[in-house]
Amino acid sequence: MYALLKNFFTVLKHMAKGDKWYYSWLAFLSFFIIVGVASYIRQLNTGLILTAMRDQVSWGFYISNFTFLVGVAAAAVLLVVPAYIYNFKPIKEIVLFGELLAVTAITMCILFILVDMGRPERVWHLMPIIGTMNFPSSLLAWDVLVLNGYLAINFLISFYVLYKMSHSKEYSIQLIKPLILISIPWAISIHTVTAFLYNGLSARPFWNASILAPRFIASALSSGPALMIIIFQIVRKVSRIEIDNKAIFKIAELIAYAIGLNLFLFGAEFFKEFYSGSIHLAPMEYLYFGLHGKTALVPWMWSALIFNITAFLIFLSPTARENFLTLNIACVLIIAGVYIEKGMGLVVPGFVPGVLGEIYEYSPSWTEKSITLGIWATGAMLYTLLLKFAMPIYTGELRFLSKTGK
Amino acid sequence: MPNKIKGNSISKSISRRGFLKGAALGLASTAIPFGTADASIWDAFLQKHFREMNEDEIRTVIKRLEKEYDKKFDTKFNIKTTKAMPGTLFGYGLDLSRCIGCRRCVYACVRENNQSRDPQIHWITVLRFKKGEKWIDLEESEKYYYPGKVPEEGYFYMPVQCQQCENPPCVKVCPTQATWKEPDGIVVIDYNWCIGCRYCMAACPYGARHFNLAKPRIRKEELNPETHYLGNRPRYAGVVEKCTFCVQRTRAGRYPACVEICPVGARKFGNLLDPKSEIRYCIENKRVFRLKEDLNTYPKFYYFFAT
Ligand code: SF4
Ligand code: SF4
Repeated sequence: MYALLKNFFTVLKHMAKGDKWYYSWLAFLSFFIIVGVASYIRQLNTGLILTAMRDQVSWGFYISNFTFLVGVAAAAVLLVVPAYIYNFKPIKEIVLFGELLAVTAITMCILFILVDMGRPERVWHLMPIIGTMNFPSSLLAWDVLVLNGYLAINFLISFYVLYKMSHSKEYSIQLIKPLILISIPWAISIHTVTAFLYNGLSARPFWNASILAPRFIASALSSGPALMIIIFQIVRKVSRIEIDNKAIFKIAELIAYAIGLNLFLFGAEFFKEFYSGSIHLAPMEYLYFGLHGKTALVPWMWSALIFNITAFLIFLSPTARENFLTLNIACVLIIAGVYIEKGMGLVVPGFVPGVLGEIYEYSPSWTEKSITLGIWATGAMLYTLLLKFAMPIYTGELRFLSKTGK
Repeated sequence: MPNKIKGNSISKSISRRGFLKGAALGLASTAIPFGTADASIWDAFLQKHFREMNEDEIRTVIKRLEKEYDKKFDTKFNIKTTKAMPGTLFGYGLDLSRCIGCRRCVYACVRENNQSRDPQIHWITVLRFKKGEKWIDLEESEKYYYPGKVPEEGYFYMPVQCQQCENPPCVKVCPTQATWKEPDGIVVIDYNWCIGCRYCMAACPYGARHFNLAKPRIRKEELNPETHYLGNRPRYAGVVEKCTFCVQRTRAGRYPACVEICPVGARKFGNLLDPKSEIRYCIENKRVFRLKEDLNTYPKFYYFFAT
């Protein structure tokens, strides 16, 4: 017990220590967190009227961000497979950072759901056992289960590994193998369930297309790993952790396949809607060409498409993706492209035109923007602290007393 | 269909309540300074799902709510919990050839059901269509029309409200079972159980559900104190609401407010299970259709052309 407490304080002390860059980074994030919390308190007191959501567009920016982040979380799987299944050494060394990113992304997802709720204090109503969770009928109930399960799995794996390392012991792959194996279909499932959340609504033809779930996976596997590539380069810069270029290039190659698939599926969807030209074309038309003179999302969607295609071309060419300048450009492009496409470009057109044909042009209010920024800052803060905790253990700088007091 | 809630599993509920109460009291003692701690806040927070309460618990809750409303609105409220009558399945008919688009139904509904005046909530939407257009294309309809006089030349009107689907997607998707279909076919919401996730709004093909984006506001003189727990009692910020076929009236054998007010008699209402009812007569003898039939929601709201 004493050792445990002592270790706990060692960690805290370590997490609090850093250079001036570290402190200014934390201060920078705290600023946005504070602004976000203040906006949220205002929203709690006044109601969601402070957002731009209305009856016609009843989900907006919060749910868009949630959807994007589920993809980021699911993308950890792209590291887990080569690392543990194919034993690809360079990636095996960094898979931990992917898992911690998944933990962070899911935490942010949960925050986004909470700020979107009309009565957040009643959240216990949807928990199993203490509430009356509508399982298996409601996909939202499924989402609660798979997201929390995924959080638990990644948390367990990464903390087990860290725990062992911090006590200078080898971790037993045999012990966590079942967890790792289960985390692969689970990662796919969190994104599939999230896709089904929209997919199952016959009232919304834009979502009610069977291509939705595969497209979700394809776009998740392009944006999430791209985010990781950027993070790895930062980790490499600020710590003594070595990350092999080979790992990064391998991930870049995998991203190329994922984007290719996503673009193909997009083409298939585009063709079906525009060639058949039924009444269900309207949301798609709204997105890319505007409807009845309403064009708020058009420039965004075309930029997203251009981003995605450019990124695809860069990732496709081995010389371009193995040059860090072009690689980073491509990563930023694909992250932005998918963020637009899987965020606002997915959620809003489900509601435009509305079920009774009304067009309400939604664009997030300041409250929504500042709360969203606050949650992103919280995520960045959480990930920073997790890394700050994990990195020295990883490099061997931080070791704990074992029970014998050594 | 949700089927976990069947009857009242009291023992389970009590233990759950006990657990939560313990946890909550722990929190309460830290969060709310003594003296101001109002027990009813915690009773409200811990209130069970309506369908999980037994008669006694329902009575306690109703008493608490009546007191709460009394304090809040300075008006005596009567909150009924009348159950569905056996052998009834309510159905609604609307004669499109008669509707003149006056929207009296909209405002009668607002008054009867204590809808928020600011921000405004309307359970009924009247759509205006140009005659001769591809009219079932709802996109061609207009919701915001301001005529000097109705009916307008060259237009016709179609009111839309909750269709009380026999197979309601809104119920299917609700993660907390806060909304469900009663035995008489009315889809209701427990405003004290809804978490405001708005999934049901995304699922409803008829735009029938409305969200309290802010605290509902009604002038005291405009309140209707004759209410039903599942119907027109005052709502809260952050929950969803919708048309309930005026459950407070129809379960007492009256017509819904919109039927009563319609100046041209375009609206019909009755028991679908009663072969001699007017609604059955209309369905059997008029040219009838239901909105968005391809979605298999089986609305119990029938549009027809009498002439
Ligand atoms: S019309 Fe909408 S709210 Fe009413 S029962 Fe059908 S799906 Fe539910
Ligand atoms: S908003 Fe309320 S009634 Fe609608 S799905 Fe969510 S909890 Fe259920």
